[in-house]
Amino acid sequence: MSQNNQENWTTVIKPRNKLFEVNLKEIWDYRDLLMLFVKRDIITSYKQTILGPLWWIIQPAMTVIMYMVVFGGIAGIPTDGIPQPLFYLSGVCMWQYFSTCLGSTSGTFTGNAGLFGKVYFPRLIMPLEKVISSLVRFGIQLFLFVIVYVYFATQGVAPTPNWYLLLFPLLVVMLAGLALGFGILISSMTTKYRDLSILFSFILHLWMYATPIVYPLSQVKGKTAAGFDLYTLMHYNPVTPVLEAFKYGALGAGEFIGWGWLAYSFGFMLVLLALGILIFNKVQRSFMDTV
Amino acid sequence: MSTVIEFNDISKLYRLGLVSTRTLSHDLNRWWATNVMGKEDPYLTIGSVNDRSKAAESEYVWALRNIDFKVEQGDVVGIIGKNGAGKSTLLKILSKITAPTTGTIKAKGRIGSLLEVGTGFHPEMTGRENIYLNGAILGMTKPEIAKKIDEIVEFSGCAMYIDTPVKRYSSGMRVRLGFAVAAHLDPEILVVDEVLAVGDAEFQKKAIGKMQDVSKGEGRTVLFVSHNMTSVKALCKRGVILKDGMLVDDGEIDTIVSHYLRGDNAAANYKTWDQPEISNKGFELLEIGIRKKGGDYQDVIRMDQEMELVIRYRLKEAKDPFWITLHMKNEQGNKIFSFTGAGRCYDRHHEAGEYQQVCTIPANFLNWGNYAIDFMAIQKSNNIEALANEGDIISFTVANKQVAIGGFMGKEPGDVTPRFDFVEEKLK
Repeated sequence: MSQNNQENWTTVIKPRNKLFEVNLKEIWDYRDLLMLFVKRDIITSYKQTILGPLWWIIQPAMTVIMYMVVFGGIAGIPTDGIPQPLFYLSGVCMWQYFSTCLGSTSGTFTGNAGLFGKVYFPRLIMPLEKVISSLVRFGIQLFLFVIVYVYFATQGVAPTPNWYLLLFPLLVVMLAGLALGFGILISSMTTKYRDLSILFSFILHLWMYATPIVYPLSQVKGKTAAGFDLYTLMHYNPVTPVLEAFKYGALGAGEFIGWGWLAYSFGFMLVLLALGILIFNKVQRSFMDTV
Repeated sequence: MSTVIEFNDISKLYRLGLVSTRTLSHDLNRWWATNVMGKEDPYLTIGSVNDRSKAAESEYVWALRNIDFKVEQGDVVGIIGKNGAGKSTLLKILSKITAPTTGTIKAKGRIGSLLEVGTGFHPEMTGRENIYLNGAILGMTKPEIAKKIDEIVEFSGCAMYIDTPVKRYSSGMRVRLGFAVAAHLDPEILVVDEVLAVGDAEFQKKAIGKMQDVSKGEGRTVLFVSHNMTSVKALCKRGVILKDGMLVDDGEIDTIVSHYLRGDNAAANYKTWDQPEISNKGFELLEIGIRKKGGDYQDVIRMDQEMELVIRYRLKEAKDPFWITLHMKNEQGNKIFSFTGAGRCYDRHHEAGEYQQVCTIPANFLNWGNYAIDFMAIQKSNNIEALANEGDIISFTVANKQVAIGGFMGKEPGDVTPRFDFVEEKLK
C-alpha cells in the first residue's frame, strides 16, 4: 500500500457513528430516490380503486359530517360563530396531515425491514418521503376546503381571512416537522420493544381530543380539571398553536394565539427533530439485528 | 494495483434467543457499564464461536470474528463457506445494512450490492417505473437510469411487458428485470450474493457473462458469494474461506476451492478402524473409502474422473457364501441404485482371512453433488443374514468438471449422467 491512497477512502464503516452525524449530502445524493418513492406512494395508494384520489376528499367530507352531527348537533358545542363545515374542515385537514405523517413515519423501521435488510440507502429517506407524499393528499383536501369556503362566501357568511394566513407555509412546515420528529422517535424506539407502538396508536387518538379540532379553544377558557387550568395547559400541546394560528388566519376564529406560543411550538419541533434524528441515526445502524 | 477495500478486524456479535425482558435487563446493564462506568461492554467477552451443531453455551455468538483482509483493485474474490459461516453477514456489513460490533471497513468508490435482485419492486407499478425505482434504490440517479433504460430493457428480455404492472410478470421475468437493473449499476465495487442461483440456463449464461465483463473489461472489484463452486471458479481469481465466522483460508481460487471441497470430504469419505467397530459373527470391517482413482482420499473427486471405492475387511471364519451390498444415495437421501461386491452372490466361498475389494466407478457416471453410501455385509447359512448394516457409512462430494466461461454452470437434472453409445446415421 502506498502512503497516498490511505487518505482517500470514500466509505468508512465503523461500529458506532458519532453522536450527531447526519449525512445531509448523502440524503441530497439520493434525492431522486426520494422523489421516486413519493411518486410510487401516490401512484399506488389508490391503484385498482374506482374512485381513486376522490377518496382523499370523501374521507374528510364524511368526517366533517360526522362531527357536525355528533359535536355540533348532539353535544351542541359552538364553533366561534363560523359555519360548522368550515370550522371542522379546517381542523380535520390539518390534523389528518399531522396524523398521517406521524402514523406512517412511526412505522419506518418495522414496515420497511424487508427492504432495509437488502439494500442500503439513507434510512431517513423513508420518513421524509412519507411527509412529502402526504403533502399531496393534504393539498387535495385543502382544495376541498377552498371550495367549501367559496360556497359560503357566495352565501355571504364566510368569515374574512386576515394577514396571519401568510403564516400558512410555516405552519405546514411545523406540522410536518413535529410529525417527523415524533414519528422517527417512535419508529426508533419500537424496533426492539414493540410495546410503544401499541401505546402509541391510542395516544394518537386521544391526542386529537387534546387539540382544538372539534371545539374552539375559546370554549376551554376558564375551565379546569383536577385543579389544572385547561386553557393554559392546552397551549403546551405543540400542535395547538399551529392549528389555532391557521384557524385564526383563514377564518378569523377566536383570537391570535400569540407569537410566544408559536415560537414555543417551533422550538419544540426543533428539539424533537434533533432528538429524533439523533436516536434514529443510532438505531438505523443495527436495527436489522433486532427488528 | 491499489487496495480498494480493507477489512480491519471485523467482528459481529449476535444475541441468540428471543427478545424478552432479559433483553431489557442486558441493555440496561450494558448501558450502565459503557456509558456510566466507562467500562467495556460486558457482553463482548462472552460470545462463543459460531458452531451451529453444538448447543449454545452462551447467549451471544460471534457470527464473524476478527475478519482481516484486503481486496485490491480489479480483484474478483469468491467468498466460500458453509451455510452459517458468516458470508452473508460479511456482505451485509460491507453493504452498510448492519453495523459491525468491532472493527472497521474502509472502501474506495461506490459499493453496489446485489444481495437480492428486484429489491423494492412494487407489484402495482409497471416494469419501466420499477426500473427507475429499483435503480434509485441501488444508488443510481434518474439521468443515469434514463441513459441506460433501453439497454436494461433489452438485457432483461422483457421489452414486450415493460409497461405492464410487475404483478403480472412471471417470477422468472421479475428476476431478469431485477438483475438487468443491477447489472447496469456500474459501481466501482460490486457485492454479489447467490444471485446466479436463479433463472434458467440461458439467463445464467447471460448473467455470468455480464459479471465477467464487469470484472475483466472494466477492471471493477467484485465480491462474490456462492455455493456453486463451478461459477466461483469461473468468475473469481482469488478466494477466501469462512468457517464458523472466521477466515480460515485465503489464496488463489483453484487452491481455495479444492481446499474447501477437501475439507468437505476429508472427514466423511474415508473411514478406517484399528479396533473394528463394525464386527459381527467373525466379520470385521477394517476400512472403507472412496477416492479419485489412483489418488489420495484428500483429493477432490471431479465428475469427469474415475473414482474407486475401497473396502477392506477380515473374516475370522470361512463364510459360504458371503457378499457385500451397497446402496448409493443422493443428497435427498433417496437410493439411486444398489450394487454388489465382487463375485456372484451365492457361489462365493470365502476362506478366513483379510480381503480387499476395489470397485471402479466410471467417469461421467455420477453427476456432481453429494452422495452417501449404505453398507451391508451379508451371509447365507440357513437364511439370509446381514452381518453388518450401516447407513451412510461414508459420504462424499463429486465436483463439477471444468466449465469454460459461457458454458452451462448449473446442474443437469438427475443423479447419474451416463454416456450411452448413440449411433447416428444420415438416412436421407
